[in-house]
Amino acid sequence: MAYKLKLRIWRGDAAGGEIKDYPVEVSEGEVVLDAIHRVQGTQAGDLAVRWNCKAGKCGSCSAEVNGKPRLMCMCRLSDFAEDETITVTPMRSFPVIRDLVTDVSFNYEKAKELPSFSPPPRDADNKRRMAQVDVERGQEFRKCIECFLCQNTCHVVRDHEENKKAFAGPRFFLRYAELDMHPLDTNDRRNMAQEQAGLGMCNITKCCTEVCPEGIKITDNAIIPMKERVADRKFDPLVWLGAKIGMRNKDDDGRTEL
Amino acid sequence: MSVTDDRMSNGVGGPTRAAIPEKTLRTDRWWLAPLSTFLVFSSFIVYATWRAFADKDYFTEPYLSPFYSPCLGDCVKGSSDFGQPFGGFPLSAALIILIFPLGFRMTCYYYRKSYYRAFWLSPPACAVAEPHTTYTGETRLPLILNNLHRYFWYAAIVVGLILSYDVVLAFGPAEGESDGIHMGLGTLVLLANVVFIWLYTLSCHSCRHAVGGRLRHFSKHPVRYRLWTWVSKINVHHAKFAWYSLFSVAAADLYVMLVANGTIDDLRFF
Repeated sequence: MAYKLKLRIWRGDAAGGEIKDYPVEVSEGEVVLDAIHRVQGTQAGDLAVRWNCKAGKCGSCSAEVNGKPRLMCMCRLSDFAEDETITVTPMRSFPVIRDLVTDVSFNYEKAKELPSFSPPPRDADNKRRMAQVDVERGQEFRKCIECFLCQNTCHVVRDHEENKKAFAGPRFFLRYAELDMHPLDTNDRRNMAQEQAGLGMCNITKCCTEVCPEGIKITDNAIIPMKERVADRKFDPLVWLGAKIGMRNKDDDGRTEL
Repeated sequence: MSVTDDRMSNGVGGPTRAAIPEKTLRTDRWWLAPLSTFLVFSSFIVYATWRAFADKDYFTEPYLSPFYSPCLGDCVKGSSDFGQPFGGFPLSAALIILIFPLGFRMTCYYYRKSYYRAFWLSPPACAVAEPHTTYTGETRLPLILNNLHRYFWYAAIVVGLILSYDVVLAFGPAEGESDGIHMGLGTLVLLANVVFIWLYTLSCHSCRHAVGGRLRHFSKHPVRYRLWTWVSKINVHHAKFAWYSLFSVAAADLYVMLVANGTIDDLRFF
Protein backbone atom coordinates (compact mmCIF):
# COMPACT_ATOMS: atom_id res chain seq x y z
CA MET A 1 0.00 0.00 0.00
CA ALA A 2 1.36 3.40 -0.95
CA TYR A 3 1.82 6.11 1.63
CA LYS A 4 3.51 9.49 1.90
CA LEU A 5 6.92 9.10 3.52
CA LYS A 6 8.26 11.98 5.60
CA LEU A 7 11.75 11.97 4.11
CA ARG A 8 14.52 14.43 4.91
CA ILE A 9 17.74 14.60 2.92
CA TRP A 10 20.94 16.53 3.53
CA ARG A 11 21.61 18.81 0.56
CA GLY A 12 24.79 20.77 0.10
CA ASP A 13 28.49 20.54 -0.61
CA ALA A 14 31.84 21.30 1.04
CA ALA A 15 30.83 24.95 1.44
CA GLY A 16 27.78 24.10 3.55
CA GLY A 17 24.35 22.59 3.44
CA GLU A 18 21.24 21.67 5.38
CA ILE A 19 18.66 18.95 5.83
CA LYS A 20 15.61 19.54 3.63
CA ASP A 21 12.15 17.96 3.61
CA TYR A 22 11.14 15.79 0.66
CA PRO A 23 7.77 14.17 1.36
CA VAL A 24 7.50 11.38 -1.19
CA GLU A 25 5.07 8.65 -2.20
CA VAL A 26 6.45 5.17 -1.44
CA SER A 27 5.10 1.64 -1.69
CA GLU A 28 5.21 -1.50 0.37
CA GLY A 29 8.43 -3.45 -0.06
CA GLU A 30 10.55 -0.48 -1.05
CA VAL A 31 13.89 0.51 0.42
CA VAL A 32 15.36 3.90 1.26
CA LEU A 33 17.26 4.00 -2.04
CA ASP A 34 13.94 3.63 -3.93
CA ALA A 35 12.59 6.67 -2.09
CA ILE A 36 15.76 8.61 -2.86
CA HIS A 37 15.46 7.72 -6.53
CA ARG A 38 11.81 8.83 -6.57
CA VAL A 39 12.82 12.17 -5.06
CA GLN A 40 15.52 12.44 -7.70
CA GLY A 41 13.03 11.62 -10.45
CA THR A 42 10.17 13.86 -9.29
CA GLN A 43 11.40 16.67 -7.05
CA ALA A 44 15.16 17.15 -7.11
CA GLY A 45 16.75 16.13 -10.39
CA ASP A 46 20.10 17.48 -9.24
CA LEU A 47 20.24 15.31 -6.10
CA ALA A 48 23.65 13.60 -6.05
CA VAL A 49 23.68 9.99 -4.91
CA ARG A 50 26.13 7.16 -5.55
CA TRP A 51 24.58 3.77 -6.23
CA ASN A 52 24.94 0.79 -8.50
CA CYS A 53 23.71 -2.75 -7.85
CA LYS A 54 20.69 -2.19 -5.55
CA ALA A 55 21.41 -5.62 -4.07
CA GLY A 56 23.83 -4.95 -1.23
CA LYS A 57 26.82 -6.26 -3.13
CA CYS A 58 28.56 -3.29 -4.71
CA GLY A 59 28.98 -1.17 -1.58
CA SER A 60 28.20 2.10 -3.37
CA CYS A 61 25.12 3.51 -1.64
CA SER A 62 26.58 3.89 1.85
CA ALA A 63 24.95 6.70 3.80
CA GLU A 64 23.46 7.38 7.22
CA VAL A 65 19.79 6.70 7.79
CA ASN A 66 18.45 8.23 10.99
CA GLY A 67 22.04 8.59 12.11
CA LYS A 68 22.98 4.95 11.52
CA PRO A 69 25.52 3.98 8.86
CA ARG A 70 23.59 1.80 6.38
CA LEU A 71 23.49 0.73 2.76
CA MET A 72 20.44 2.58 1.42
CA CYS A 73 19.54 -0.35 -0.83
CA MET A 74 19.40 -2.74 2.13
CA CYS A 75 17.43 -0.43 4.39
CA ARG A 76 13.77 -1.46 4.20
CA LEU A 77 11.10 1.16 4.70
CA SER A 78 9.02 -1.49 6.46
CA ASP A 79 11.52 -1.34 9.32
CA PHE A 80 10.15 2.13 10.12
CA ALA A 81 6.65 3.19 11.14
CA GLU A 82 4.73 4.84 8.28
CA ASP A 83 4.44 8.10 10.20
CA GLU A 84 8.14 8.10 11.16
CA THR A 85 10.44 10.72 9.67
CA ILE A 86 13.47 9.26 7.93
CA THR A 87 16.55 11.44 7.69
CA VAL A 88 19.24 10.52 5.16
CA THR A 89 22.66 12.15 5.28
CA PRO A 90 26.00 11.39 3.67
CA MET A 91 28.62 9.44 5.62
CA ARG A 92 29.94 11.87 8.20
CA SER A 93 33.56 10.68 8.43
CA PHE A 94 34.60 11.54 4.90
CA PRO A 95 34.80 14.88 3.07
CA VAL A 96 31.48 15.66 1.42
CA ILE A 97 31.44 16.26 -2.32
CA ARG A 98 27.77 16.98 -2.88
CA ASP A 99 24.51 15.88 -1.25
CA LEU A 100 24.85 12.17 -0.39
CA VAL A 101 28.18 11.68 -2.15
CA THR A 102 31.40 11.71 -0.16
CA ASP A 103 35.05 11.47 -1.11
CA VAL A 104 36.17 8.07 0.14
CA SER A 105 39.70 8.28 -1.27
CA PHE A 106 41.08 8.04 2.29
CA ASN A 107 40.34 4.34 2.03
CA TYR A 108 42.16 3.92 -1.27
CA GLU A 109 45.21 5.67 0.15
CA LYS A 110 45.17 3.26 3.07
CA ALA A 111 44.81 0.32 0.70
CA LYS A 112 47.95 1.45 -1.14
CA GLU A 113 49.93 1.43 2.11
CA LEU A 114 49.15 -2.24 2.67
CA PRO A 115 51.70 -4.56 1.01
CA SER A 116 49.94 -7.06 -1.20
CA PHE A 117 49.89 -10.85 -0.86
CA SER A 118 53.35 -12.25 -1.36
CA PRO A 119 53.39 -15.98 -2.05
CA PRO A 120 56.48 -18.21 -2.08
CA PRO A 121 57.85 -19.78 -5.29
CA ARG A 122 55.58 -22.36 -6.91
CA ASP A 123 55.91 -26.08 -6.29
CA ALA A 124 57.84 -28.23 -8.81
CA ASP A 125 54.66 -28.82 -10.81
CA ASN A 126 54.14 -25.05 -11.07
CA LYS A 127 51.25 -25.07 -8.61
CA ARG A 128 50.65 -23.67 -5.17
CA ARG A 129 48.77 -25.68 -2.57
CA MET A 130 46.63 -24.91 0.42
CA ALA A 131 44.58 -27.31 2.52
CA GLN A 132 40.83 -26.72 2.37
CA VAL A 133 40.63 -25.92 6.07
CA ASP A 134 43.14 -23.10 5.58
CA VAL A 135 41.27 -21.81 2.54
CA GLU A 136 38.04 -21.66 4.52
CA ARG A 137 39.51 -19.55 7.29
CA GLY A 138 39.85 -16.46 5.14
CA GLN A 139 36.53 -16.74 3.33
CA GLU A 140 34.65 -14.59 5.82
CA PHE A 141 37.09 -11.74 5.24
CA ARG A 142 36.66 -11.97 1.50
CA LYS A 143 32.97 -11.16 1.85
CA CYS A 144 33.91 -7.49 2.33
CA ILE A 145 32.25 -5.35 -0.34
CA GLU A 146 34.23 -2.24 0.56
CA CYS A 147 31.21 -0.12 1.36
CA PHE A 148 33.42 1.59 3.99
CA LEU A 149 30.60 1.78 6.52
CA CYS A 150 33.00 0.33 9.11
CA GLN A 151 35.55 3.02 8.27
CA ASN A 152 32.80 5.62 8.52
CA THR A 153 31.50 4.54 11.91
CA CYS A 154 34.89 4.02 13.54
CA HIS A 155 35.19 6.81 16.10
CA VAL A 156 38.99 6.83 15.84
CA VAL A 157 38.73 8.76 12.58
CA ARG A 158 35.08 9.83 12.68
CA ASP A 159 35.67 11.95 15.77
CA HIS A 160 39.37 12.69 15.26
CA GLU A 161 40.36 13.86 11.80
CA GLU A 162 44.02 14.02 12.81
CA ASN A 163 44.10 10.24 13.32
CA LYS A 164 43.48 9.54 9.65
CA LYS A 165 47.20 9.74 8.94
CA ALA A 166 48.16 7.06 11.43
CA PHE A 167 45.12 4.80 11.36
CA ALA A 168 44.17 2.40 8.59
CA GLY A 169 40.77 1.45 9.99
CA PRO A 170 38.77 -1.76 10.43
CA ARG A 171 38.45 -2.61 6.74
CA PHE A 172 42.22 -2.83 6.46
CA PHE A 173 42.74 -4.58 9.79
CA LEU A 174 40.50 -7.20 8.23
CA ARG A 175 42.96 -7.44 5.34
CA TYR A 176 45.99 -7.50 7.66
CA ALA A 177 44.38 -10.37 9.57
CA GLU A 178 43.48 -12.26 6.41
CA LEU A 179 47.03 -12.05 5.08
CA ASP A 180 48.70 -12.72 8.42
CA MET A 181 46.64 -15.90 8.80
CA HIS A 182 47.36 -16.93 5.21
CA PRO A 183 49.63 -19.99 5.13
CA LEU A 184 51.24 -18.93 1.85
CA ASP A 185 51.97 -15.29 2.57
CA THR A 186 55.67 -14.72 3.16
CA ASN A 187 55.28 -11.40 4.95
CA ASP A 188 55.07 -11.01 8.70
CA ARG A 189 52.71 -8.07 9.05
CA ARG A 190 52.35 -7.91 12.81
CA ASN A 191 54.80 -5.13 13.50
CA MET A 192 53.52 -3.13 10.55
CA ALA A 193 49.90 -3.51 11.67
CA GLN A 194 50.78 -1.99 15.03
CA GLU A 195 53.34 0.64 14.06
CA GLN A 196 52.12 1.87 10.69
CA ALA A 197 48.47 0.91 10.45
CA GLY A 198 47.67 2.03 14.00
CA LEU A 199 46.08 -1.16 15.29
CA GLY A 200 46.84 -0.01 18.85
CA MET A 201 44.49 2.92 18.41
CA CYS A 202 41.52 0.60 18.04
CA ASN A 203 39.74 0.24 21.37
CA ILE A 204 37.56 -2.63 20.12
CA THR A 205 34.21 -0.94 20.74
CA LYS A 206 32.81 -3.07 17.93
CA CYS A 207 30.93 -0.44 15.95
CA CYS A 208 32.55 -1.74 12.76
CA THR A 209 31.00 -5.14 13.40
CA GLU A 210 27.62 -3.57 14.23
CA VAL A 211 27.36 -1.76 10.90
CA CYS A 212 28.86 -4.36 8.54
CA PRO A 213 26.15 -5.19 5.97
CA GLU A 214 27.90 -8.47 5.18
CA GLY A 215 27.77 -9.55 8.81
CA ILE A 216 31.54 -10.01 9.03
CA LYS A 217 32.65 -10.37 12.64
CA ILE A 218 35.37 -7.79 12.09
CA THR A 219 36.24 -7.30 15.74
CA ASP A 220 36.12 -10.88 17.00
CA ASN A 221 37.57 -12.64 13.97
CA ALA A 222 40.01 -10.08 12.58
CA ILE A 223 40.92 -7.20 14.90
CA ILE A 224 41.20 -9.10 18.18
CA PRO A 225 43.10 -12.03 16.62
CA MET A 226 45.41 -9.46 15.01
CA LYS A 227 45.87 -7.69 18.36
CA GLU A 228 46.77 -11.05 19.89
CA ARG A 229 49.27 -11.67 17.10
CA VAL A 230 50.79 -8.26 17.75
CA ALA A 231 50.95 -9.14 21.46
CA ASP A 232 52.91 -12.29 20.47
CA ARG A 233 55.34 -10.16 18.53
CA LYS A 234 55.67 -7.10 20.76
CA PHE A 235 54.17 -7.46 24.22
CA ASP A 236 54.75 -11.02 25.38
CA PRO A 237 58.10 -11.56 27.15
CA LEU A 238 57.56 -15.32 27.25
CA VAL A 239 57.26 -15.53 23.46
CA TRP A 240 60.35 -13.33 23.16
CA LEU A 241 62.27 -15.52 25.60
CA GLY A 242 61.11 -18.65 23.77
CA ALA A 243 62.46 -17.25 20.52
CA LYS A 244 65.78 -16.39 22.18
CA ILE A 245 66.34 -19.92 23.46
CA GLY A 246 65.32 -21.53 20.19
CA MET A 247 61.70 -22.44 20.96
CA ARG A 248 60.44 -20.79 17.84
CA ASN A 249 56.94 -21.11 16.52
CA LYS A 250 57.77 -23.06 13.36
CA ASP A 251 54.40 -22.05 12.00
CA ASP A 252 55.99 -18.66 11.25
CA ASP A 253 58.98 -20.05 9.36
CA GLY A 254 59.76 -18.45 6.04
CA ARG A 255 58.21 -15.09 6.82
CA THR A 256 59.92 -11.74 6.49
CA GLU A 257 58.97 -8.95 8.85
CA LEU A 258 57.72 -5.79 7.21
CA MET B 1 31.47 28.53 19.51
CA SER B 2 30.27 26.34 22.36
CA VAL B 3 32.40 23.68 24.03
CA THR B 4 30.49 20.96 22.19
CA ASP B 5 31.12 22.65 18.86
CA ASP B 6 34.82 22.86 19.71
CA ARG B 7 34.94 19.14 20.31
CA MET B 8 32.96 18.32 17.22
CA SER B 9 35.05 20.57 14.99
CA ASN B 10 37.75 17.92 15.08
CA GLY B 11 35.35 15.25 13.92
CA VAL B 12 31.86 15.18 12.46
CA GLY B 13 31.70 18.97 12.71
CA GLY B 14 34.99 19.37 10.84
CA PRO B 15 35.43 21.70 7.88
CA THR B 16 35.40 19.01 5.18
CA ARG B 17 32.45 17.03 6.53
CA ALA B 18 28.78 17.49 5.70
CA ALA B 19 27.59 20.49 7.73
CA ILE B 20 25.23 18.91 10.26
CA PRO B 21 25.06 20.55 13.68
CA GLU B 22 23.73 17.52 15.61
CA LYS B 23 26.36 15.24 17.15
CA THR B 24 24.15 12.34 16.15
CA LEU B 25 20.91 11.93 14.22
CA ARG B 26 20.12 8.60 15.81
CA THR B 27 16.50 8.44 16.92
CA ASP B 28 16.66 5.16 18.85
CA ARG B 29 17.49 4.92 22.55
CA TRP B 30 21.23 4.57 21.94
CA TRP B 31 21.98 5.81 25.44
CA LEU B 32 20.17 2.93 27.15
CA ALA B 33 22.91 0.29 26.71
CA PRO B 34 25.82 2.42 27.98
CA LEU B 35 23.71 3.80 30.82
CA SER B 36 22.64 0.35 32.03
CA THR B 37 26.19 -0.94 31.71
CA PHE B 38 27.43 2.04 33.71
CA LEU B 39 24.88 1.49 36.47
CA VAL B 40 25.38 -2.27 36.75
CA PHE B 41 29.19 -2.14 36.64
CA SER B 42 29.26 0.75 39.12
CA SER B 43 27.01 -1.17 41.49
CA PHE B 44 29.29 -4.18 41.22
CA ILE B 45 32.38 -2.06 41.86
CA VAL B 46 30.79 -0.52 44.97
CA TYR B 47 29.64 -3.91 46.26
CA ALA B 48 32.94 -5.67 45.49
CA THR B 49 34.99 -2.88 47.07
CA TRP B 50 32.88 -2.96 50.22
CA ARG B 51 33.11 -6.73 50.47
CA ALA B 52 36.81 -6.87 49.66
CA PHE B 53 37.63 -4.44 52.45
CA ALA B 54 35.08 -5.87 54.92
CA ASP B 55 37.35 -8.76 55.94
CA LYS B 56 34.50 -10.64 57.63
CA ASP B 57 31.60 -12.99 56.87
CA TYR B 58 33.41 -14.63 53.97
CA PHE B 59 33.49 -18.16 55.31
CA THR B 60 30.98 -20.49 56.82
CA GLU B 61 31.72 -24.19 56.86
CA PRO B 62 31.89 -25.53 54.11
CA TYR B 63 31.49 -22.41 51.94
CA LEU B 64 34.18 -19.87 51.09
CA SER B 65 33.30 -16.66 49.25
CA PRO B 66 34.93 -16.48 45.78
CA PHE B 67 36.14 -12.96 46.66
CA TYR B 68 38.38 -14.49 49.34
CA SER B 69 39.50 -17.64 47.58
CA PRO B 70 42.25 -18.69 48.02
CA CYS B 71 42.41 -17.13 51.49
CA LEU B 72 46.13 -16.53 51.87
CA GLY B 73 46.17 -13.86 54.58
CA ASP B 74 45.21 -13.88 58.22
CA CYS B 75 41.96 -15.73 57.52
CA VAL B 76 39.40 -17.30 59.80
CA LYS B 77 39.88 -20.90 60.88
CA GLY B 78 39.11 -23.46 58.20
CA SER B 79 39.10 -21.05 55.27
CA SER B 80 42.76 -21.32 54.22
CA ASP B 81 43.02 -24.45 52.12
CA PHE B 82 46.36 -23.39 50.71
CA GLY B 83 48.00 -22.15 53.90
CA GLN B 84 48.55 -18.56 54.97
CA PRO B 85 51.75 -17.40 53.24
CA PHE B 86 50.64 -13.78 53.71
CA GLY B 87 49.62 -14.28 57.34
CA GLY B 88 51.04 -10.91 58.37
CA PHE B 89 49.16 -8.95 55.71
CA PRO B 90 47.51 -6.10 57.61
CA LEU B 91 44.50 -5.61 55.36
CA SER B 92 41.74 -7.87 54.11
CA ALA B 93 42.91 -11.17 52.61
CA ALA B 94 40.74 -10.51 49.56
CA LEU B 95 43.07 -7.70 48.52
CA ILE B 96 45.95 -10.16 48.10
CA ILE B 97 44.29 -12.11 45.31
CA LEU B 98 41.66 -9.80 43.82
CA ILE B 99 44.15 -8.31 41.39
CA PHE B 100 43.94 -11.51 39.33
CA PRO B 101 40.20 -11.66 38.62
CA LEU B 102 40.08 -7.86 38.52
CA GLY B 103 42.98 -7.69 36.05
CA PHE B 104 41.43 -10.43 33.94
CA ARG B 105 38.19 -8.52 33.62
CA MET B 106 39.78 -5.08 33.22
CA THR B 107 41.89 -6.29 30.29
CA CYS B 108 39.14 -8.50 28.80
CA TYR B 109 38.22 -7.57 25.24
CA TYR B 110 34.52 -7.54 26.09
CA TYR B 111 34.88 -5.43 29.22
CA ARG B 112 37.15 -3.04 27.36
CA LYS B 113 34.38 -2.42 24.85
CA SER B 114 31.93 -1.92 27.68
CA TYR B 115 33.90 0.48 29.82
CA TYR B 116 35.23 2.47 26.90
CA ARG B 117 31.65 3.00 25.86
CA ALA B 118 29.86 3.32 29.20
CA PHE B 119 32.49 5.02 31.36
CA TRP B 120 34.75 6.85 28.95
CA LEU B 121 32.14 7.56 26.25
CA SER B 122 34.70 6.75 23.61
CA PRO B 123 32.31 6.46 21.85
CA PRO B 124 29.09 6.29 23.93
CA ALA B 125 27.42 4.44 21.04
CA CYS B 126 28.07 3.86 17.36
CA ALA B 127 27.92 7.02 15.25
CA VAL B 128 27.44 9.18 18.34
CA ALA B 129 30.20 11.78 18.64
CA GLU B 130 32.44 11.32 21.65
CA PRO B 131 33.20 14.24 23.97
CA HIS B 132 37.01 14.02 23.85
CA THR B 133 39.17 16.38 21.83
CA THR B 134 42.06 13.94 21.42
CA TYR B 135 42.34 10.19 21.24
CA THR B 136 45.29 7.80 21.31
CA GLY B 137 43.53 4.50 21.99
CA GLU B 138 45.61 1.74 23.49
CA THR B 139 48.97 3.03 22.31
CA ARG B 140 50.16 4.54 25.60
CA LEU B 141 50.31 3.80 29.30
CA PRO B 142 48.18 2.74 31.04
CA LEU B 143 45.89 1.36 28.32
CA ILE B 144 48.73 -0.30 26.40
CA LEU B 145 48.89 -2.70 29.36
CA ASN B 146 45.64 -4.22 28.10
CA ASN B 147 47.92 -6.19 25.77
CA LEU B 148 48.88 -8.29 28.80
CA HIS B 149 45.44 -9.87 28.86
CA ARG B 150 46.87 -13.33 28.21
CA TYR B 151 48.84 -13.24 31.47
CA PHE B 152 45.69 -12.54 33.43
CA TRP B 153 44.08 -15.38 31.50
CA TYR B 154 46.82 -17.74 32.67
CA ALA B 155 46.07 -16.58 36.23
CA ALA B 156 42.34 -16.97 35.59
CA ILE B 157 42.90 -20.66 34.81
CA VAL B 158 44.49 -21.08 38.24
CA VAL B 159 41.66 -19.11 39.87
CA GLY B 160 39.15 -21.33 38.07
CA LEU B 161 40.86 -24.47 39.38
CA ILE B 162 40.88 -23.11 42.93
CA LEU B 163 37.20 -22.15 42.77
CA SER B 164 36.44 -25.62 41.40
CA TYR B 165 38.25 -27.09 44.39
CA ASP B 166 36.10 -24.89 46.63
CA VAL B 167 33.02 -26.41 45.06
CA VAL B 168 34.31 -29.90 45.82
CA LEU B 169 34.82 -28.81 49.43
CA ALA B 170 31.30 -27.30 49.42
CA PHE B 171 29.98 -30.84 49.20
CA GLY B 172 31.48 -31.43 52.64
CA PRO B 173 29.74 -31.24 56.00
CA ALA B 174 28.53 -28.05 57.60
CA GLU B 175 29.17 -27.47 61.29
CA GLY B 176 27.62 -30.26 63.32
CA GLU B 177 27.05 -32.59 60.37
CA SER B 178 28.58 -36.02 60.03
CA ASP B 179 31.50 -36.70 57.72
CA GLY B 180 30.74 -37.59 54.12
CA ILE B 181 29.02 -35.95 51.17
CA HIS B 182 26.45 -33.26 51.89
CA MET B 183 24.77 -30.62 49.83
CA GLY B 184 23.05 -27.36 50.54
CA LEU B 185 21.75 -24.43 48.53
CA GLY B 186 25.17 -22.83 48.99
CA THR B 187 26.77 -25.80 47.22
CA LEU B 188 24.56 -25.16 44.21
CA VAL B 189 25.25 -21.43 44.30
CA LEU B 190 29.02 -22.04 44.29
CA LEU B 191 28.62 -24.71 41.59
CA ALA B 192 26.61 -22.40 39.32
CA ASN B 193 29.20 -19.70 39.88
CA VAL B 194 32.14 -21.89 38.94
CA VAL B 195 30.35 -23.07 35.79
CA PHE B 196 29.89 -19.46 34.66
CA ILE B 197 33.47 -18.60 35.66
CA TRP B 198 34.79 -21.48 33.52
CA LEU B 199 32.57 -20.55 30.58
CA TYR B 200 33.80 -16.98 30.82
CA THR B 201 37.45 -18.03 31.19
CA LEU B 202 37.44 -20.58 28.39
CA SER B 203 35.55 -18.37 25.94
CA CYS B 204 38.23 -15.67 26.31
CA HIS B 205 39.75 -14.28 23.11
CA SER B 206 43.28 -14.92 24.43
CA CYS B 207 42.29 -18.53 25.05
CA ARG B 208 41.04 -18.76 21.48
CA HIS B 209 44.35 -17.38 20.27
CA ALA B 210 46.47 -19.63 22.48
CA VAL B 211 44.77 -22.91 21.61
CA GLY B 212 44.99 -22.42 17.86
CA GLY B 213 44.22 -18.89 16.70
CA ARG B 214 47.88 -17.96 16.46
CA LEU B 215 48.52 -20.67 13.87
CA ARG B 216 48.80 -20.03 10.16
CA HIS B 217 48.36 -23.65 9.14
CA PHE B 218 45.30 -25.25 10.71
CA SER B 219 45.90 -28.22 8.44
CA LYS B 220 49.21 -29.04 10.14
CA HIS B 221 47.71 -28.94 13.65
CA PRO B 222 44.43 -30.89 13.61
CA VAL B 223 44.11 -31.16 17.41
CA ARG B 224 44.68 -27.46 17.98
CA TYR B 225 42.34 -26.68 15.12
CA ARG B 226 39.64 -28.78 16.79
CA LEU B 227 40.26 -26.96 20.10
CA TRP B 228 40.07 -23.63 18.29
CA THR B 229 36.68 -24.52 16.77
CA TRP B 230 35.34 -25.44 20.22
CA VAL B 231 36.60 -22.25 21.82
CA SER B 232 35.29 -20.26 18.85
CA LYS B 233 31.82 -21.64 19.49
CA ILE B 234 31.70 -20.37 23.07
CA ASN B 235 33.72 -17.26 22.26
CA VAL B 236 30.66 -15.95 20.41
CA HIS B 237 28.90 -15.85 23.81
CA HIS B 238 31.82 -14.32 25.71
CA ALA B 239 29.94 -11.11 26.53
CA LYS B 240 26.99 -13.08 27.89
CA PHE B 241 29.29 -15.18 30.07
CA ALA B 242 31.03 -12.01 31.27
CA TRP B 243 27.70 -10.75 32.60
CA TYR B 244 26.50 -14.08 33.99
CA SER B 245 29.75 -14.68 35.84
CA LEU B 246 29.76 -11.12 37.18
CA PHE B 247 26.33 -11.67 38.71
CA SER B 248 27.12 -15.20 39.87
CA VAL B 249 30.30 -14.23 41.68
CA ALA B 250 28.50 -11.40 43.48
CA ALA B 251 25.55 -13.68 44.27
CA ALA B 252 27.86 -16.40 45.61
CA ASP B 253 29.64 -13.90 47.86
CA LEU B 254 26.33 -12.44 49.02
CA TYR B 255 24.95 -15.86 49.85
CA VAL B 256 28.04 -16.82 51.88
CA MET B 257 27.92 -13.46 53.66
CA LEU B 258 24.24 -13.81 54.60
CA VAL B 259 24.77 -17.34 55.90
CA ALA B 260 27.99 -16.41 57.69
CA ASN B 261 26.49 -13.43 59.53
CA GLY B 262 23.38 -15.36 60.47
CA THR B 263 20.90 -13.40 58.37
CA ILE B 264 19.71 -16.61 56.68
CA ASP B 265 20.20 -20.31 57.27
CA ASP B 266 21.70 -22.44 54.53
CA LEU B 267 19.08 -24.75 53.09
CA ARG B 268 20.57 -28.23 53.52
CA PHE B 269 19.34 -30.95 51.17
CA PHE B 270 21.25 -33.87 52.69
